[in-house]
Amino acid sequence: MTDSEVLHAEHRLEYPYSRSTGPVIGAFLTGLREGRLLGATGSDGRIIVPPTEYDPITSDDVGELVEVGPGGVIESWAWVAEPLRKHPHQTPFAWALVTLDGADTALLHTVIAPGPDALATGDRVTARFRPEAERIGSMSDLEGFVPEGGAS
Amino acid sequence: MADEQTDAAGPVTMLATPIRLDFEFTPGIAQSKFLRGLERGEFLGQRCGTCGKVYVPSRGTCPTDGVPTTEDVLLGNSGTVTTFCVVNVPFAGQSIEIPYICAQILLDGANLSFMGLIQEIPTDQIRMGMRVEAVWVDESELIPSLASVRYFRPTGEPDADYDTYKEYL
Repeated sequence: MTDSEVLHAEHRLEYPYSRSTGPVIGAFLTGLREGRLLGATGSDGRIIVPPTEYDPITSDDVGELVEVGPGGVIESWAWVAEPLRKHPHQTPFAWALVTLDGADTALLHTVIAPGPDALATGDRVTARFRPEAERIGSMSDLEGFVPEGGAS
Repeated sequence: MADEQTDAAGPVTMLATPIRLDFEFTPGIAQSKFLRGLERGEFLGQRCGTCGKVYVPSRGTCPTDGVPTTEDVLLGNSGTVTTFCVVNVPFAGQSIEIPYICAQILLDGANLSFMGLIQEIPTDQIRMGMRVEAVWVDESELIPSLASVRYFRPTGEPDADYDTYKEYL
């Protein structure tokens, strides 16, 4: 049997899980669908973004959800020069920890920028949402962050 | 994915989180032969040169003797149901209408059974030892996959003797 007679095929293994969001994550995702970013108030008054259901230090229920952003500051970032199929962007982008205005913790998301030279820790960025009709109540409703002032 | 989400007006309560792995699968030389056989509408197995057992599909080696199976054996279209299961439970991704019969089929001349769908018989009439034959898709639709076998159906022959398949349960 020659090599050309040995078969090859694409094979996809997929489990179509769905999970309940709970009240806090559900409210956060509902906010994303509305183009708003929400954080939860911890027992010491810190604003936790993305919100958790429980205060990570005291384990108490979190308090009121408050709107944060859409602007924020890059705390740390990594450039992805060759995105993989499963990545949220198919052109080069950065993973980044962004502390939104009004928040006390950083959110892991992406920054869309022309290249790594256009980014620095401490830079200001702003949220870019997908068009309203495309939003489904998912983290991907937030397309990513872009440098403030529209550099990209 | 969007249909898994909560309706557009209400608050979000559910999130679709599919887990997906993409593979490039190769069945190797022996199973490629078996699959090429299916593409011609044939069951092609391999015989072990040491113990003489015929495997279909063959993995290219004899699991008992640990030697390569190099002799190809063309098998017929008929076999015997060794054991079976009637599926009554619906599940996600089910492509066959329930209830249906899933059976282990030992082709005549083979020493290894494989799983097949049984049709053209009420589910309460299936039994161990029943003689069945493969029903293939139209010649133009044959592909190198077990999907080329639409299903197996009873031949109407008398049931096989228990002794002929008792080693394959």
